[in-house]
Amino acid sequence: MSLRTTPFHPRTGPLSEGQAWRRWAGYVVASSYELSHDREYHAIRNSAALFDVSPLYKYLVTGRDAARLLDHVVTRNIGKAKVGQVLYTPWCDNEGKQIDDGTISVLGEQTFRMTSADPTLRWLHLNASGLDVTIQDVSEPTAAVSLQGPSSREILQIAAERDLSALKYFRLTSAKIRGIPVTISRTGYTGDLGFEVWVDASQAVPLWDALIETGTPYGITPAGMLALDVARIEAGLLLIEVDYFSSRHALIESQKSSPLELGLGWTVATDKERYNGQAALDAERKRGPAWQFTGLTVDWDSLEQLYADVGLPPRLPSQAWRTSVPIYDRGGHNQLGYATSGGWSPLLKRYMALAHLGSAHAPGTEVRMEVTVEHHRKQAKAHVTPLPFFNPERKRGGGGA
Amino acid sequence: MKQYDAIVIGGGHNGLVTAAYLARAKKSVLVLERRPRVGGAAVTEEIFPGFKFSVFSYVVSLLRPEIIRDLDLPRHGLHILPLESTVTPMENGDYLAAWGDHDETRRELYRHSPRDAEAYDEYGRLMHFMAQAVKPILGMVPPDPTSFAPTDLFALLKLGKHFRGLGAERLHALVKLMTMSSADFLDEWFETDVLKATKSASGIIGTFLGPRSPGTAYVLLHHYMGELDGVFRAWGFAKGGTGAVSESIASAARAFGAEIRCDAGVAKVLVRNGRATGVVLENGDELEARTVASSLDPRRTFLQLLEPDHLPPEFVADIRRFKFRGSSGKVNLALDALPSFTCMPGIGRQHRGAFSISPSLDYVERAYDDAKYGEFSRRPYMDIVFPSMIDPGMAPPGKHVMSIFVQYAPYHLNGGWTDAKREAFGDAVVNTVESFAPGFKSQILHRQVITPRDIERITGLTEGNIFAGELALHQLFFLRPAPGWAKFATPVRGYYQCGSGTHPGGGIMGASGRLAAMRILKDGA
Repeated sequence: MSLRTTPFHPRTGPLSEGQAWRRWAGYVVASSYELSHDREYHAIRNSAALFDVSPLYKYLVTGRDAARLLDHVVTRNIGKAKVGQVLYTPWCDNEGKQIDDGTISVLGEQTFRMTSADPTLRWLHLNASGLDVTIQDVSEPTAAVSLQGPSSREILQIAAERDLSALKYFRLTSAKIRGIPVTISRTGYTGDLGFEVWVDASQAVPLWDALIETGTPYGITPAGMLALDVARIEAGLLLIEVDYFSSRHALIESQKSSPLELGLGWTVATDKERYNGQAALDAERKRGPAWQFTGLTVDWDSLEQLYADVGLPPRLPSQAWRTSVPIYDRGGHNQLGYATSGGWSPLLKRYMALAHLGSAHAPGTEVRMEVTVEHHRKQAKAHVTPLPFFNPERKRGGGGA
Repeated sequence: MKQYDAIVIGGGHNGLVTAAYLARAKKSVLVLERRPRVGGAAVTEEIFPGFKFSVFSYVVSLLRPEIIRDLDLPRHGLHILPLESTVTPMENGDYLAAWGDHDETRRELYRHSPRDAEAYDEYGRLMHFMAQAVKPILGMVPPDPTSFAPTDLFALLKLGKHFRGLGAERLHALVKLMTMSSADFLDEWFETDVLKATKSASGIIGTFLGPRSPGTAYVLLHHYMGELDGVFRAWGFAKGGTGAVSESIASAARAFGAEIRCDAGVAKVLVRNGRATGVVLENGDELEARTVASSLDPRRTFLQLLEPDHLPPEFVADIRRFKFRGSSGKVNLALDALPSFTCMPGIGRQHRGAFSISPSLDYVERAYDDAKYGEFSRRPYMDIVFPSMIDPGMAPPGKHVMSIFVQYAPYHLNGGWTDAKREAFGDAVVNTVESFAPGFKSQILHRQVITPRDIERITGLTEGNIFAGELALHQLFFLRPAPGWAKFATPVRGYYQCGSGTHPGGGIMGASGRLAAMRILKDGA
């Protein structure tokens, strides 16, 4: 393979039944291990799914001004974060348009690990001039797995031989799994109870083995990106290059979005010193964002009828889709926006989509989504639905959940 | 005394669905359940410490997706997991497997018969069309073909148009399905005996018929219906067992404001001037309601809860004729380890699906022969699943539960069921499994054997019929449970039926409960 494989590949490679791989940041990771991603999806909600998330870009930011640099780059307030906290945050250009989103782990007073979907080294350096800070690209030497699902805590507790019930949502701790030093963060991309385990790449394979061995009686299931894609839509989590474009990749102004337009208003701090995009975001907040990022639920009877009209039972996408689909008003003529991801939720038995709509359209508003039925463009009835579609108590809940 | 808008008798899944829909429509609703827990035949119980059994009903295929959506059941804990494969061990040590992947299944079938491998696709296509043809009926209040009321005429007209629209070929197939035995119907398609045996087995579940009995082909179709909705999967398993289905509906009903009282068996329905006015509990308490709905089976709904003089004599006679004839039993096991089957040694993905003990048509028909003459099958047909392989929470880590649905175990056993007969039945089941998986018996930690008598005693289902009345053609649609009374109303004003004994009935479907609630609301409860 001319693309890179991840440090877990000696284990994940042989698991792939259909050789279905997906590109991610110059690496290949499994689309699904089994021929269908069904069981891998259900493991996320039923037991525990194990994802290889090593391709994430990772940067170690250290030094006296490390917090100052990050506070200047991202929209969350890093100054207020405590050691052991993880912050999900977007970052913007000077016009307040989103460049990327990722996490910042506060490993120490002056030590932070930042993850991103796009390479961010240059942007960090550009912002660091004159600051006492060291920025290291640790993408390759750091491997990571994500263990997501209701049994994830139980499995990790046994593997790490310690109680994790006190580890709160978006907090991290260091631990040892069979003698391997790891960082465990209670984070993930599924909207479920889940953890990410960060490890030196040289220890990736023994960590994988330890987790599989411990987790097997609990139904641990290696899972690929197709399963993850369904779960992240249920959780209403957006994806760069799919649900929004980085302002640094956008070719025209209308391809850019602000965090306020993406439903990330809660991540834009109002209580900190100057940061990239602050003035623009303050102004936008004042006048109100023009767009919103919201859920849509396609009305089943309406979809069924469209298919019945041509004598077919309803066909549903067997995988989540990632294309732009027009959304119209209930009259079917005026376009209100567009959906960017969608799919069938096997858990909720709902056809859901993530969409950009003008901010005026409140939850419950009836709209029309374009669907192709037997080669013909049709419109199915849909309703604006607040995100997330699925938000189990266990996601944030304490031990025993 | 508080007067409820509606009292629902019986907290099985249908009763709970009715209650949830009524409460959702802002009615004050009280559910009365005789047992200490809700669920009826859809219950999960920890019979042996650490091991959870779906005691009776164990798989979910037909639970209506609209109910899942309308009542927001996933938020109340419902998660239906796919059961993907079926392996049929054969007596010569070979097997027949149907896997989740289409190509893999075709290749497996090709091993037995290249001809059948191709026919299988065409058969699947036809059944898909047939299920599609019948499906609208499931969501429909059955029209009375002898009535001239505008609503009946309109519904009949719509139905007539629907069937005319099928075209000749599919209409013929539908008539065949309605009249033939599953063995004969499958003979028209396939030559592989073990394939026919396994397919036909789904046509006999819950009936007192064999694969060669006419009318069983329809039940084949009934079981295909699930495939249409839940998107591509025929059979599912509820996380937490089937009790979790009931619990999620109960939780939704409560969230809508319904009150659910357990340990509250109903002795009689109160009727004044031809109208139901409430119920009397077994403890003598009286409760008032403007509407009473019974989710119990037809015999108990009409002959036990009402005085006979409240009903027209012809109707009483019809209900007395309604056939139950429970024919299935259940063996639930706690296992130290999973059994390895001779035909496919080891532990693997096969344990995540079903094992069907239906090695040949003769085997299944012979199992019926025993029952026909009043004995339980010495070598029964069995549908085996390992719920802990799908939801590891059903057993302690590394341990397993095994659910064995068994047919036939006739309700009317020669000499009657006794404790000794129950154990002999359990032995027959375990010994038969052992013959396909030697060493299995030594892995059993605990055994629960359930006969149709036990089903009746515990859940109240008359004669232990799992469908609250046989799913025989003469007891379906506008004949379920009795001609003229298939529309959830009863001869007593304000008294409704909402259980599986009404159309469409059977399985953990909830459609009866939902349609009944719609009817009650339409009548202005």
